Amino acid sequence: MNYWDQFMTSAQGYSTQWLGNEWGPPAFSVARALIMIVMVLAPVILTVLYYQLIERWVIGWIQVRKGPNRVGYKGILQPIADAIKLLLKEQIVPAGASKALFFLAPVVSVGPALAAWAIVPFTPDWVIADIDAAILLMLAMTSMGIYGVIIAGWASNSKYAFLGAMRATAQMVSYELAMGFALVGGLMAGQSMNLTEIVARQDGNWGFLEWFWIPLFPLFLIHYIAGLAETNRHPFDVAEGESEIVAGFHVEYSGMMFAVFFLAEYANMILISTISSLIFMGGWLSPFNFAFLREAGPAISWLAAPSIVWLLAKIGFLMFVFLWVRASFPRYRYDQIMRLGWKVFIPLTLVWIVVTGLMMMEPIASMPPFSIWFGK
Amino acid sequence: MATSIKSIASSFMLAELAKGLYLTGRHLFKRKVTVMYPEEKTPKSARFRGLHALRRYPNGEERCIACKLCEAVCPALAITIESEQRADGTRRTTRYDIDLVKCIYCGFCEESCPVDSIVETDMHEFHFESREETVYTKSMLLAIGDKYEKQIAEARAADAAFR
Repeated sequence: MNYWDQFMTSAQGYSTQWLGNEWGPPAFSVARALIMIVMVLAPVILTVLYYQLIERWVIGWIQVRKGPNRVGYKGILQPIADAIKLLLKEQIVPAGASKALFFLAPVVSVGPALAAWAIVPFTPDWVIADIDAAILLMLAMTSMGIYGVIIAGWASNSKYAFLGAMRATAQMVSYELAMGFALVGGLMAGQSMNLTEIVARQDGNWGFLEWFWIPLFPLFLIHYIAGLAETNRHPFDVAEGESEIVAGFHVEYSGMMFAVFFLAEYANMILISTISSLIFMGGWLSPFNFAFLREAGPAISWLAAPSIVWLLAKIGFLMFVFLWVRASFPRYRYDQIMRLGWKVFIPLTLVWIVVTGLMMMEPIASMPPFSIWFGK
Repeated sequence: MATSIKSIASSFMLAELAKGLYLTGRHLFKRKVTVMYPEEKTPKSARFRGLHALRRYPNGEERCIACKLCEAVCPALAITIESEQRADGTRRTTRYDIDLVKCIYCGFCEESCPVDSIVETDMHEFHFESREETVYTKSMLLAIGDKYEKQIAEARAADAAFR
């Protein structure tokens, strides 16, 4: 029994002691859920804060600049300064805005973005909700975020905000299909919708060759690119075309309400990196998880051991690629975005789902190299 | 046929995008060219035209003889001069105002000056906090000239060979 379980057992005992048999257990489970939510969301929000600083650094470095380096040591306190600035700014509500909806939109936007973290397993037993329909819940939650965008554009009563919201919505709805199909391939290969089980399926004797990114390579790429479009990131950021429609759907938002949209966007980026690394890159499994390394003795076998560090490294790499792509590519034209989503990604995912099915069929599945992924 | 298959394959493998990412990825590790401004500064030419100053002769006498050539040549009409005869019979300015908001820093005043009195120094880091402050008066300009005389003379000497 580890410290966490000990702590939880004694906390359960105290809550029953103080609140009685009727109120103690429910109070304990609510408090436990709250603590776990805070334990997951506090790091996520902190990561968002620093992701934003790292984004400015990386883009600066790629443009042969130094990036922000004034606030604190090498600019390490820059996000704190930004957060304080946003907190102190005035909240402006446009005169023609629909007040209730205007305040509701950031909440609708950020709620699902954070709620989806409930299903993310960080290690086999460190997950808030280890449910069997995890992928479905994730898809449902990310779809909910679209309502935040469209409500924000509608409630602002501004043509730029509305145009931005229309663009963002159309783009997110289109790419959600491709993203969903890419995940269908992942759950076919993993033979489960439970993320923990999908990761467990990628365990084996061949390290990173066992992960699903090889048999599902097109789906891996499409999931990631659709993720870029889903979060309205470069090169699909027409919703925020500065030269045409200013900041898109959140143009009328200021101060903390803008920060909430910002938080939602970045939390979604981190979520997509996480889902991608869980389904296609073996989650917490080590890339050096080879059979001969595991048996090589304690000096080397730690390299093959599964650990949360591997998961964080994979998420970090995919998050870095988000920034790398942003610093590299020019924007797509709107019709090109639609063409890519509907005419390339959706047919390609459908074809690859069939290919995945063929690879998993019995005579093929037990033949090498397919037996590495589907022979278990 | 073969080329079209090749081009389709390369577009599906995102070859062009990978090339682009490789290029930007290399720049990630390049030496950064940022000049950390208040601590570091880029070199400035001796001809740099910045804040104005009125100079004096080494004996302390002000150079300006109120010929008003600078006032006449100023394309932005930023200079206002009034003059009178001093007790020793020489003509001197009683008022020499430059409106630094009107000024376009063209340097014609310095070019036109027969006695090298009005000059533009290489200082560009000055600011105003109100409209009234934008007009620099004779005493202010003379004070700048007194304070930076060495710097002004050095810049003129460095540039003399090219004039």
